[in-house]
Amino acid sequence: MQLFPCPFCGPRDETEFHYGGDAGNARPDGVDVPIERWADYLYLRTNPKGTAREIWVHMNCGEFFVMERDTVTHKVLSSTALGGEHAA
Amino acid sequence: MTASRLATGGSAIDRSRPIRFSFDGAIVHGFAGDTIASALLAADVAVVGRSFKYHRPRGIWGAGVEEPNALVDIGGSVAATPNTRATTEAARDGLVVKSINATPNALSDRNAFLDRFSRFIPAAFYYKTFMWPDWHMFEPRIRAMAGLGKVDTGWTSPGPADQINHHCDVLVVGAGPAGLAAARLASGAGLTVTLVDDQPKPGGSLGHRTSEIDGKPAALWVEETVAELAQAGHLILPSTTAFGIYDHNLVGLNQRHRDGRPDTLWRVRPRQIVLATGAIERPLPFANNDLPGIMSADAALAYLRRHAVLVGQRIVVATNNDSGYEVAEALAEAGAEVTLVDIRRDGAPTAPANVRLIAGRSLAAADGSLRVQAVTLDDGTRLDADCVLVSGGWSPTIHLFGQARGKLAWSEARAAFLPGDPVDGIAVAGAAAGAVSLSEVFAGVGTAIASLGQTTTAVPRSTGPEATGGILAAWPMPGSKGRIWIDYQNDVTVKDVELAARENFVSVEHLKRYTTLGMATDQGKTSNLPGLALMAAITGRTVPEVGTTTYRPPFTPVPLASFAGARGAELMAPVRRLPLESVHRASGAVFQEYGGWLRPAHYGGNADAERSIADEARRARQSVALFDGSTLGKIEVIGPNAAEFVDFIYYNTMSTLKPGRCRYGFMLSENGVVFDDGVLVRLDEHRFVVSCSSSHVAAVHARLEEWRQDRFGRGAVYIHNATAEMATLTVSGPNARKLLETLDLGLSLDDADLPHMAVSHGSYAGDEVRIARVSFTGDRSYEISIRADRAEPLWAHLRHAGRAFDAVVIGLEALMILRAEKGFIVIGKDTDGTTLPQDLGVEGPRTKRQGEFVGRRSLFTDEASRGDRLQLVGLTVPQGEAPLPTGAHGVRRSDGRLRSQGFVTSSYQSPTLGRAVALGLIERGAARHGETIDIQHLGKIRTATIAPPCAFDPAGDRLHA
Repeated sequence: MQLFPCPFCGPRDETEFHYGGDAGNARPDGVDVPIERWADYLYLRTNPKGTAREIWVHMNCGEFFVMERDTVTHKVLSSTALGGEHAA
Repeated sequence: MTASRLATGGSAIDRSRPIRFSFDGAIVHGFAGDTIASALLAADVAVVGRSFKYHRPRGIWGAGVEEPNALVDIGGSVAATPNTRATTEAARDGLVVKSINATPNALSDRNAFLDRFSRFIPAAFYYKTFMWPDWHMFEPRIRAMAGLGKVDTGWTSPGPADQINHHCDVLVVGAGPAGLAAARLASGAGLTVTLVDDQPKPGGSLGHRTSEIDGKPAALWVEETVAELAQAGHLILPSTTAFGIYDHNLVGLNQRHRDGRPDTLWRVRPRQIVLATGAIERPLPFANNDLPGIMSADAALAYLRRHAVLVGQRIVVATNNDSGYEVAEALAEAGAEVTLVDIRRDGAPTAPANVRLIAGRSLAAADGSLRVQAVTLDDGTRLDADCVLVSGGWSPTIHLFGQARGKLAWSEARAAFLPGDPVDGIAVAGAAAGAVSLSEVFAGVGTAIASLGQTTTAVPRSTGPEATGGILAAWPMPGSKGRIWIDYQNDVTVKDVELAARENFVSVEHLKRYTTLGMATDQGKTSNLPGLALMAAITGRTVPEVGTTTYRPPFTPVPLASFAGARGAELMAPVRRLPLESVHRASGAVFQEYGGWLRPAHYGGNADAERSIADEARRARQSVALFDGSTLGKIEVIGPNAAEFVDFIYYNTMSTLKPGRCRYGFMLSENGVVFDDGVLVRLDEHRFVVSCSSSHVAAVHARLEEWRQDRFGRGAVYIHNATAEMATLTVSGPNARKLLETLDLGLSLDDADLPHMAVSHGSYAGDEVRIARVSFTGDRSYEISIRADRAEPLWAHLRHAGRAFDAVVIGLEALMILRAEKGFIVIGKDTDGTTLPQDLGVEGPRTKRQGEFVGRRSLFTDEASRGDRLQLVGLTVPQGEAPLPTGAHGVRRSDGRLRSQGFVTSSYQSPTLGRAVALGLIERGAARHGETIDIQHLGKIRTATIAPPCAFDPAGDRLHA
């Protein structure tokens, strides 16, 4: 079981977290967004081998944050609160 | 008699506490401190079980976790457990021990004839032979003939296993010389240490090997070291196996208890780990090397020194390294006639006293039927023997290192895989790192502790005599004569590996799966390396070129009860409960789980549930119904940007809602699919209450938080889930207002002040109540929300006052009928993962809304614009016909085949209408009202008429009646 550092609560067991998707998958607004772009936003994921930037939520405190981790070694590289205003 | 208990000695046993248990029905005597294996050996029980496939007689091989043969089913005075290792299971008074895979017992097994046909049933025989017509036809009988212990189907849990989370600086696995030294050094460096060992007593090999440390006998050094660690407050866990290393160096431990309690599961988060897990002695390859009486040499020494059991009278010790010498010497001293056969011609130590040494020879075969009687050497010499002890060298126990993704390095000199490049936070020491002599062990411990960044002081020194010779590898060779066993537990021989190679299963992973080598419950602890060395020899590769299979947890079997812990029965998936549950129970409510909530399905007890439900639904329309709707979501959205926020969240425009008013709406997922529906209440300019579906509260809350944090920012919107804080009691029906007027709620119930879809505040017994005119029944309804802990008097008051109106308390089943009569949907029941809002007839926001909202773009795809989408409809059947089965498909015949055109989603008998009502999702349904459609269920076809979803009071007059 992995240990994830919640920027608010510190290191906690991975079972307390939910995955929230790729970080940087910005939502394109509007009905005129090309359908390929919208499909990309909805369904296409980078699934990198190596360093990944991901959104996670710590279910216990309810806070979403960005975590960088290595998908091969499972090493956690960083975790940052969204918006940065609460960054630990 | 050949094996026997000596009159004195035995460091592990307490002769003042005799015990007795039964084995295959015969009484066995032993002492406290015996394992089942040591007691059976002392009683000279040679055959303890039958082999998996050929039903060959098998005896005890080892003295620890590596045991491939001596698996037994136990019961009686302990919880019934199949396939326990007799070598690690404590012998206890009153145990009932049974051999496995033997009928009627190990000594005379009626399936033993199978061994005579062994040449016809090699590896993969079954899969090649029983292909036609179907393997599954043969499988039950074959499985009954091959197999291990029997599960006791009457087993009941003695209680939940404890699970403990634990943190420490250093976890030391193994309390042999390396582990104890490492623990002491770590303690000296000021670290908190946890020391675990699978044996009941610390010491490891020091418990039966003669040595001297820092000038003291090893036993004394062990005692002092353990006392010192305990004194310093470190945690020492005996009878505890570290079975797995998981991500981020989480270590799983399973602790056994001697008092009959279930095992305890430990989840340890150490900063650093020292693996001092020792090594496992390998067998030697010779024909019939699986006969009872052929044992690991080290195990025989352990039984002698720990349990005072002399395993034979005329003993042949065969070895390819130094460790057999001490065994031979000790057994001779204990009175046995010992011949030592050493494969090494050069470099072998001198013969111990009273031991005949034959150097430069190896065993070619063993003879005997139910136990070994003689061996033949490679030069044809025949030696009588009632026991053959073998030492084929040592395989470091690097399983945990391998699980931690540590790479292994092959050592030709040690004829073993050793830990290769270091893994972060893990050091390996002692025999697990390939050390042979105690001096090497301690030197390695010093290095290991230093590799973890700790300074070492006073590393122990070995001051006794030590082994000096090397090992001459003795692997199984292709083309050998006779049947040479490699994997005892799964009955894999040299010929099976040769067959695998001939059929090109040469990869080590294929070898494993084709022959089942190493796939038994012992996971090949004694067999994997000989097996892959043989494959290397057959294919002309080196051992590291063949490589090892992947190491996976668990190292030894762990009871499922340990992993389950307290997560059983109700705690497996805890239900959410109503504040008024006990009140409802007292009223005869029958509870069921709905979307995680335990709610009254209906009242009136279990007898004739259908009639109770129909009565409730009918009476609810006649006067007034009371319903506990506390599960309804109550998520507050608060803040200056709250209106903008709910506009984005909902499909419908919500910012135009006036304070004090409610509006029904959909929430969509980004793929446009309707995710939830419900009423949004605007309490004031900056405060809304999202009244989402009962089963969706947590999911809706999570979505709101995600959009808040990842789009709107934390500054101007705040979300609070108040669902559990308030109970919601619903009063519905033509007389709902009259009933409420008898209560003093401190607010005007006049329809001008509190019209349908409005909210108002009053008080009851000093507590604020919120009253919303929202209806899921189609009748005039009032939802009264009050502090959960003050709901009981209000509910009692409503029920008391309700008598004058013939009020009925209804459960969820009746409510489902009422809402279906009205065509009101339940998300996930009347919709699926493709349903868009326009499919439910709510087209307006899609075409008219300007602002952005969740899922908007997805409503304009080609898929969303298809003309043949499934749309919500009502389905009616002729008067007197039974309700349509929910899930039945609407069908049309096309090219001679039935093709689905949608399905029934909800279906009930309406007591008010006196006919069946149903909802469904049907292709182009909205435009087909009045058409008939075939409905197919279990091969039968009925006819239904497509209708508008609402079957009762379509004008909605009753909302205001």
